[in-house]
Amino acid sequence: MNHAPVPADFLPLERGVDAPEPLHAGASQARRAWRRLVANRPALASLLVLLALLAAAIAGPWLWRVDPAAQQLGQASLAPSLTRRALLVADTEPPAACGDGGGLRVCGNAHTVAVRLAWDAVADAHAYRVYRHELAPRDAHDLGVPLAELGAGAAPAFEDRVGLEARRYVYSVAALDASGTMRVTGTLALAVEQAIPWSAARRLGLVDASERARIGSQLRLPAHPLGTDYLGRDLLARALHGARTSLFVGFAAPLACTLLGLAWGGVAGYAGGRLDDALMRVADFVVALPFLLFMILLRVAFGIAPGESGVAPLLLAMVLLGWPAPARLVRAQVLALRSQPYVQAARLFGAGTPWLLARHMTPNVLGVLLVSLSFAIPSAIFTEAFLSFIGLGVVPPVPSWGSMCNDGIRAMFAHPHELVVPAVLISVTVLAFNVLGDGLHDALDERGDTR
Amino acid sequence: MLRYVLGRLLYGLLTVWFIATATFVGMHAVPGDPLLDARAVSPEIRRNLERRYGLDQPLPLQYLRYLGNMARGDFGVSFTQHNREVTDIIREHFPVSALLGVLAISFAALGGLVAGVLGALYAGRWPDTLIRLLVALGISVPGFVIAALAQLAILRLNAWGGVALLPVAGWGSAAHLLVPAAVLGLATMAFLTRLLRAALLETQSADYVRTARAKGLTPARILLRHRLPNAVLPAVTVLGPAIAAITTGGFVVELVFAIPGLGRYFVQAVQQLDYTVIMGTTVFYGAFLVLMVVLVDIVYGLLDPRIRSAQGAR
Repeated sequence: MNHAPVPADFLPLERGVDAPEPLHAGASQARRAWRRLVANRPALASLLVLLALLAAAIAGPWLWRVDPAAQQLGQASLAPSLTRRALLVADTEPPAACGDGGGLRVCGNAHTVAVRLAWDAVADAHAYRVYRHELAPRDAHDLGVPLAELGAGAAPAFEDRVGLEARRYVYSVAALDASGTMRVTGTLALAVEQAIPWSAARRLGLVDASERARIGSQLRLPAHPLGTDYLGRDLLARALHGARTSLFVGFAAPLACTLLGLAWGGVAGYAGGRLDDALMRVADFVVALPFLLFMILLRVAFGIAPGESGVAPLLLAMVLLGWPAPARLVRAQVLALRSQPYVQAARLFGAGTPWLLARHMTPNVLGVLLVSLSFAIPSAIFTEAFLSFIGLGVVPPVPSWGSMCNDGIRAMFAHPHELVVPAVLISVTVLAFNVLGDGLHDALDERGDTR
Repeated sequence: MLRYVLGRLLYGLLTVWFIATATFVGMHAVPGDPLLDARAVSPEIRRNLERRYGLDQPLPLQYLRYLGNMARGDFGVSFTQHNREVTDIIREHFPVSALLGVLAISFAALGGLVAGVLGALYAGRWPDTLIRLLVALGISVPGFVIAALAQLAILRLNAWGGVALLPVAGWGSAAHLLVPAAVLGLATMAFLTRLLRAALLETQSADYVRTARAKGLTPARILLRHRLPNAVLPAVTVLGPAIAAITTGGFVVELVFAIPGLGRYFVQAVQQLDYTVIMGTTVFYGAFLVLMVVLVDIVYGLLDPRIRSAQGAR
């Protein structure tokens, strides 16, 4: 133990001579951090949620083999449900007997293909108006949507085929006299049943040409667990395919930014001096570049017309303008590390630049980068959603969560599920990444478990 | 201090020049012909048009002219809106965006301050939990979804009240401003709340807080006089990025709420590829943001003497 240091102790070791093995005290830093992260319940839950989402994005489209772009206008804006049946009806039905008397009445089944109404002629009527309301009318001025005005006849009847949905409607018929005065003569509340016309069922391959006898019976339809959008496209399929787009952009862009930033910031921080100044000045200016303009120029350069989908320019713009943030982070970290005693000690032992970078700089920068990555990913997902929302990113029929939101907002008041599905997916993903990022930040903080 | 301010201003000017140059280079590097139209143009007309727009001159000369025009605030004429100067579009619509933005920032700053202090005061108890939940929502729900939900809420409120309490969209009265500004400021507010709460909790174990407590000061006084001023400092640094976020967020909010601000015109120009408007507004926005960042830097320098000496020396 009593060893007086001599200058020879501080000479670099010869190649091939083993350096004294360091003593490992306890677990490695990464293992301790991992243990702290797992102990953090919200962070662990977020990690699991994200893994599940990732698995769904990768495997989902294989398991749920529904074309996300297939339109079915007859099945538009359906609410989420697991089992779906519909009444198989003929494309055009012969006039059904309705009987006489009883005021406003429905002929045959009321279904989403057609609702047939009949009522008794009113003596002094010159014309009739038919109204449809989704709620109970409060008074004679609140009858709902005027559907038609009909001339008076012996047996007045009306067939409603306009945008019917499987729900309750209140129909009203008003008679107009010679002077044009209107009087409500009948009101009828009825529940409309989901139906599918013969031709549509044939097109979907649900029935054979020989099965016309099944008209009038219930048909099991392909289920839409998350409902359909305004063009009748399956939302689950769109959500799964959209996850691929959104998560791909969300992961790829920050990952590429981080790698670029690691190289740039690492060189700047390690080299220092004038090279560092020059590199960081470039980073400062790149930050100031206008992102949207850059995006537009790249789209033009890629030959993508307005209103077309373009993932490549989106990704490229995000990477080209996004790397300075991780680069600054890495540079600051490397600068701090460079003057750490253990790095100087390693240099004293004869470690070269590649060894220092690989063994000492990178592992220590990795933690910080991991945290910044977990915050950059949600922001990239937001950017994709925002760009798709204003029509600069992914455009229908290609699904992404952002473009699905854009579609959903149009029908938000009548069919909220079309907006809720993609919005919840974006929000859950972004929230999970934020919580995970916080957890990582705490877990990598060697100051311990004070908070 | 003067040296610091001048340095920041010079740096800002350099950045604006860089943005303008990058815009010019980008616009000329991209393939395409600005005079390419559906109509066939005879060579004479084409020459005249090129002369009118200065396209017949060598590129360096065009560049100098472009810089000169920009310096005088002349961004050219819109491609799609007849005889409308880009400068006029900016002059007419930017005040709307600016008003909305200022309101949103004020809302965010005030709300963030109150919520951050409350969260730190009640750390771990239910008001804190509630605030953290709201912050999580504000950070994780996209702006356009919040805007759409806010519209839905107004609609329900009006239907419930039986009268139009608040307008769903549009521009004109103070009531039109209220909800869009709140929606626009929400994400920034959530961010500020989180930052301030964390910073306040950090000060809990600071030496000066222990000293103040030892002097016998009340917790309220320690919070307001000692902890808050120190905790607010990091919040000031994020004001620059926050202004940028609110500017970008304004595009969406203006679109959803049908507000005639510059952001909406910018998005429209983007969709119609109205190049002069895109270039003009981009450089304008770029200059505006740089100015804001420089102002925030100066304010930060005023507040924190350490920064001033460190960066002034650079």
